[in-house]
Amino acid sequence: MTTIALKHENTASLAEDPRTLKIRLAKAIRRKRINAFLYVLPLFLFVFVAFALPMMQMARLSVQNGAGGDILHRSQVAMKDWTGSDLPSEEIAAALVADMVEARENRTIGKVATRVNYSLPGSRSVITGTARKAKSLQAPYLEALATANPAWQDPQIWVSIRRAIAPVTPDFYLAALDLERDMDGNVVFVEPERQIYITLFVRTLILSVLITSLCLLLGFPVAYLLASLPAKYANLLMILVLLPFWTALLVRTTAWLALLQSQGVINDIFVFLGLIGNEQRLQLIYNATGTVIAMTHILLPFTILPLYSVMKTISPTYVRAAESLGAAPSVAFFRVYLPQTKPGIAAGCLLVFILSIGFYITPALVGGSDGQLISNFIALHVQRSLNWGLAAALSTILLAAILILYWLFNKLVGIDKLKLG
Amino acid sequence: MALPPYKTALQRAWHYSFRGICGLIFVFLIAPLLIVAPLSFNVEPYFSFTPGMLAFEPEAYSTRWYENIVNLGMVNPDASYAEGWWKDMWENAQWIRAIKNSFFIGIFSALIATALGTLAALGLSKPEMPFRAAITGFLISPMIVPIIVTATGMYFFYATIGIAKTYVGVIVAHATLGVPFVVITVTATLSGFDHNLTRAALSLGATPWTAFHKVIMPLILPGMISGGLFAFVTSFDDVVVMLFLGDLEQRTVPRQMWSGIREQISPTILAVATILVLFSIALLTVAELLRRRSERLQGIAK
Repeated sequence: MTTIALKHENTASLAEDPRTLKIRLAKAIRRKRINAFLYVLPLFLFVFVAFALPMMQMARLSVQNGAGGDILHRSQVAMKDWTGSDLPSEEIAAALVADMVEARENRTIGKVATRVNYSLPGSRSVITGTARKAKSLQAPYLEALATANPAWQDPQIWVSIRRAIAPVTPDFYLAALDLERDMDGNVVFVEPERQIYITLFVRTLILSVLITSLCLLLGFPVAYLLASLPAKYANLLMILVLLPFWTALLVRTTAWLALLQSQGVINDIFVFLGLIGNEQRLQLIYNATGTVIAMTHILLPFTILPLYSVMKTISPTYVRAAESLGAAPSVAFFRVYLPQTKPGIAAGCLLVFILSIGFYITPALVGGSDGQLISNFIALHVQRSLNWGLAAALSTILLAAILILYWLFNKLVGIDKLKLG
Repeated sequence: MALPPYKTALQRAWHYSFRGICGLIFVFLIAPLLIVAPLSFNVEPYFSFTPGMLAFEPEAYSTRWYENIVNLGMVNPDASYAEGWWKDMWENAQWIRAIKNSFFIGIFSALIATALGTLAALGLSKPEMPFRAAITGFLISPMIVPIIVTATGMYFFYATIGIAKTYVGVIVAHATLGVPFVVITVTATLSGFDHNLTRAALSLGATPWTAFHKVIMPLILPGMISGGLFAFVTSFDDVVVMLFLGDLEQRTVPRQMWSGIREQISPTILAVATILVLFSIALLTVAELLRRRSERLQGIAK
């Protein structure tokens, strides 16, 4: 019934102005585009809510100052126009005392004090101590505060409070980059002995580059062998690559724990072979060495698989042609074969690099203290120190780095080229 | 493979040493997985071979760590089978509960990921799909973003909306992590798919659902299953999301292993690891069979 009606419509329109036909075609294409998008929509919404929104909230959390501004709301308003170069006005002091009285009644003063303490160590006790007496303080408040605790005569604590109750703060990012603001408000590096994160970022970078290079070094020959063997042997050997790929990360990490420890299998073999004495067993675990060995093993299949899928498409006739034209085998390899594997090398290396700069489990278990990566400190701040702002800032920096690499990967390799298994 | 006779001695030497190097790399890949099995039968609570084990003395080996997997957490592990041993094990043993949790969470998250991922892949493979590259990139991003960053973001967000430390939260999180695998595998399967088959079905009067169910699905099923398998394994492997979003109640096998490694390290971990290696061999076999079937089906469809 409907098809007949449609046919009738179509013939009618054909007789009409050709422009209406164009419009109708455009409409039909639009309908198809919308139809295609409707298929994707449920998953799009799911990933958006379950994944993208949390990422956005995290980015917000990394610049958000927490509840300080709500608790000391009068001070927040009063301090808006204060320059911060000298002691604040009496008006600001009055607002702060009123806020302190209220915050003490609501038992929220501790939160603010802790937050101020991040930027000015030692100020926590000043604030909680003064808040205890806040109710009895009389105008003029600026002097009353100074009598309560001489620390209030120093503009620094006022500056720190203002920073702590501002709605948006760069403090977490500064802390994540080992920076702080000195008394005059300039951004400077913290003392060398307190610097953690720059070292950590650099170490994460160095170890990731090292692991990526090792994976390429070990993965290239294997992929080459697999691509050059006849299918029936290649498929068999492929199992040796795929099995680690399918085995749980924790299982592989546990295996390395058993292998690498000082009483473990590898040291036993070295002692047995007489390479080292029983007393000089190597410390292969709970340091950067352990992290590098275990992570190279875990990520190796991610280099081999993309390399293999590229190498399989390279026709052996090119190398044969080069050799028959007089090229030495090494020349034929480096000048003819190697350039053709570039897409595979790019895909494998970028993938391993992206995965390794965010690795958490393996460094946490076999890394000791000098094999820890940036992700281990993110976990530390989420679970132990509860400095969520700093965790969010570190995560956001890592996320930004990954997204740039991902964009690069997409540009160079194309995400649709990614194959599994 | 015999070498052609015109190769020089040096080339021959290189050929065999290259094979040797590759052999060593294969040992590096596979040995760690094999070493856990003998170590898990150690009678001593160590992670290394005892002299007795190396001399193949039977008393140096035992299955006590495997028994421990079942016994740990049971009220009365010495009860006879008739006296409710099975019930006790099923309800109280810690590892058994972890296994049940792993399967429950893994299966549900894989189902969600497969259903939504397949639907999306169908849309993405349509030639009219707008912003294909950008949307694919977005849907695959959970695979690229470091798991620790994902877990941190989810921890904050899921706590605000009240699903942190619940099964719902964990399943949603795992489904998100599994989605990219389904999208990639099903899109890859569909790339060799002849869309004329769908058109033929529709023109012969099939409803879109019938066309999907009777024509498309049988052809892309291997891709769907292997995508779902990847999603399941992703959930089954995960520790980090469980650390942040899971509670004691949701504890999965890897989460339980994590506590085991960090708290009281014992060869029970190695026994569990051995079982998991066997499990992954089974999964790999299924995945491999599916891949071959998919290749065959694609050959027919073309």
